[in-house]
Amino acid sequence: MSVIYILLGVSVIVALIFFVAFIIAVKNGQYDDSYTPSVRMLFEDELIKDKTDKTILTKKE
Amino acid sequence: MVKNSEYKSCYHCGNICDTVEIDYDNKVFCCHGCKTVYEIFSESNLTAYYDIEKSPGARPKVNEGKFDFLKDQQILDKLLEFNNDSIQIATLYIPHIHCSSCIWILENLHKLNPKITSSQVNFNKKTVRITYQSQTCTLKEIVILLSNIGYEPYISLDDYSDSKKQINRSIIYKLGIAGFAFGNVMFLSFPEYFEVNEYWLDHYKPLFRWLMFAFSLPVVFYAAQDYFISAFKGLRAKILNIDVPITIGILVLFIRSTIEITFDIGQGFFDSLTGLVFFLLLGKFFQQKTYSFLSFERDYKSYFPIAVTKIVSETEEIPIQIYDIKKGDRLLIRNEELIPVDGILIKGHASIDYSFVTGESEAIDKISGDKIFAGGKQTSGSIEMEALKAVKQSYLTQLWSHDIFNKNKEEAFVNLTNNISKHFTISILTIALVATTFWLFYDANKAMNVFTAVLIIACPCALALAAPFTFGNMLRIFGKHKLYLKNASVIEQLAAINTIIFDKTGTITSNKKSTATYHGEPLTDGEERLLKNTLRGSNHPLSRTLYDILKANDIVTLDAFEEHIGHGVQATLHDMNIKVGSAGFVGKFESEKSLQTSVHISSNNTYKGKYTFYNSYRTGLSKLFNQLKKHYDLAILSGDNEGELNNLKKILPTKTKLLFNQKPEDKLEYIKYHQTEGAKVLMLGDGLNDSGALAQSEVGIALSENINIFSPACDGIMDATVFHKLEQFLIASKKAIQIIKWSFLLSLIYNLIGLYFAVTGQLAPVVAAILMPLSSISIVVFTTVATNWISRKLV
Repeated sequence: MSVIYILLGVSVIVALIFFVAFIIAVKNGQYDDSYTPSVRMLFEDELIKDKTDKTILTKKE
Repeated sequence: MVKNSEYKSCYHCGNICDTVEIDYDNKVFCCHGCKTVYEIFSESNLTAYYDIEKSPGARPKVNEGKFDFLKDQQILDKLLEFNNDSIQIATLYIPHIHCSSCIWILENLHKLNPKITSSQVNFNKKTVRITYQSQTCTLKEIVILLSNIGYEPYISLDDYSDSKKQINRSIIYKLGIAGFAFGNVMFLSFPEYFEVNEYWLDHYKPLFRWLMFAFSLPVVFYAAQDYFISAFKGLRAKILNIDVPITIGILVLFIRSTIEITFDIGQGFFDSLTGLVFFLLLGKFFQQKTYSFLSFERDYKSYFPIAVTKIVSETEEIPIQIYDIKKGDRLLIRNEELIPVDGILIKGHASIDYSFVTGESEAIDKISGDKIFAGGKQTSGSIEMEALKAVKQSYLTQLWSHDIFNKNKEEAFVNLTNNISKHFTISILTIALVATTFWLFYDANKAMNVFTAVLIIACPCALALAAPFTFGNMLRIFGKHKLYLKNASVIEQLAAINTIIFDKTGTITSNKKSTATYHGEPLTDGEERLLKNTLRGSNHPLSRTLYDILKANDIVTLDAFEEHIGHGVQATLHDMNIKVGSAGFVGKFESEKSLQTSVHISSNNTYKGKYTFYNSYRTGLSKLFNQLKKHYDLAILSGDNEGELNNLKKILPTKTKLLFNQKPEDKLEYIKYHQTEGAKVLMLGDGLNDSGALAQSEVGIALSENINIFSPACDGIMDATVFHKLEQFLIASKKAIQIIKWSFLLSLIYNLIGLYFAVTGQLAPVVAAILMPLSSISIVVFTTVATNWISRKLV
């Protein structure tokens, strides 16, 4: 049952790793803007291909 | 005749194309600017801009010379975030960012200009961070590109301040640490909750306990330090604020738990301790999360440009920094530029819009030799002026040196929570002492236990949570209804208001619309048509206003048209001649100077009559005042003359005080005087001339037609479209206070139950573990539900 020392050690270390990751994320400004990335994600990577046919590209009304 | 319904809205900006209509690529545009932007986008295959949102654009306003100062190396150094040989990074504030299309186009800037390496938008702050190759591209080029596509950056003196604003992220760190410790401690204390008498768990108990102790250390000494500091400050100022009992609670929890595990008496209350701090910080975080895109702390620096053009000699013009302007400097003010210092007009026709300063939107004409003041915006071509003072000595900037701007309103205000906690702390300490004395005689072994138990369970976490969560949620709801308050304590102060003072121009009147009535001989159909067509050619603000008011008429080509700047316009068609403008211009002798703004008309050299302009009051004004007069004292302070007196008397309740010709200082003094008589003042204003009054009043709200720009330092910003809801906001604030009182009652009940266990000496850790989080969570749920319930009327 002494394995509990290892188990505890591992779980605390895992928790600490996540915690350090969190601190680094905050420090790098991950939480400074909580809105724009959520919008940015929805844009297509390449909404427009290099086509010459303009009628497809522009919006239909 | 064109009817309103036939007007199409511009494909780019969505404005109604009433004057011009340009067809291009099967789409309609309201002006050439919009069409050009569309062309730029379609050439670069960026028309997906229009797929994301409908008509997301803005009319571009391009004024090339305006950004000449970006060539100045010194200014550039201050603006750039990063600068080496090949790469420069700049963050620009762009007020127009408003939808996802804006994010998309701004992040695709590199397609419009390949020298831009990358651009990243922060939507909440409305900024874009642009990285570009500095060898081939300049910041000025980028700024002009942005202006060309309708995203003109707003670069003000504020950007020039020496210290870049540091982002304060400590609350997130603290919250993270407390949450992390809370989770782990809960996990480690799990076996003890069930008191399982299992050999191995018993065997490892000390290890678990010391781990919990280790986790609680950063929580107590780092995450909770603000409470200690605030309690200490409060005690030193002889105030028993809410943080005092919280600090006592945290300390007692920590010390007792440590003693318990050291002497192997029990497992302590580390779970409650960390949980408590976590919830408290959560409340604080919630309260702090305000609207980062609005600025409530503006002063003249946010309005003034960084640089102006100085005329050194006949041929040489250089951009100089505002702070470097010296008395006697000759300055060139271009169209649409702000006058940075008080001075004398030397050359050119000045038509100055003082709306930032006074709220008055009508431009004032000045001629050479007249004095002009800082803060005005030139609206008709370039002028030259001579500076009379340095920037810091100008009339407008001096207003900011008034003491009132250095006072922190929040600190001066004793809020409800602190008020209640004073009594609370005293009673808790009394109960703890009485109970301990009792147990000392009855069963001395338990006395210490009871003393600490009372302090632990009575820790007013629910009490401390009630206000932040209620106000935090109210802030959010108000924000959704377009009233943006600076912080939570403003709601509390709003609820205590008994006097409401309004500024007139721009606040209760609308900047955009004016109404005019005609006095004099009626005009014939032909004259009316000629009048409308004459006005069409003039760019004077009054002409524009009158043009919009008059009925639509056929468009005819005039035979002759002449504009006499500062006087009026005249036009001829066939054998008809019309003059529109000042009384002197049309040939009428005015016996006394009228207080009203009028446009006089003469036809074929015979005087016909005049259009007199009235301010157009915001819709629902009369109704609002009648509702408000039942509970509040109302007053109107206006910087204008008394021209509108009779008109105002007609719409407003008789008890309303009306004061005219008030200078900025007068407004401030008026409020100060009434405050000494016990008035709690809510001031509504819009221009910089109200800023002193806004700062002096208990709550100063800036009313704004465009919430992103031009609102003076204030406690709240209100969108002009919700002005009529003012009373509902006030009622909702009062109800929010009620909710807090109910939550206090609720938390009192929890505390009484807890106290029963504590005083009778039977507070088991499991009771604390259940009661403390339960009380916190139920308060949060209660306030959230209740605030949503009371604000359902705010439709």
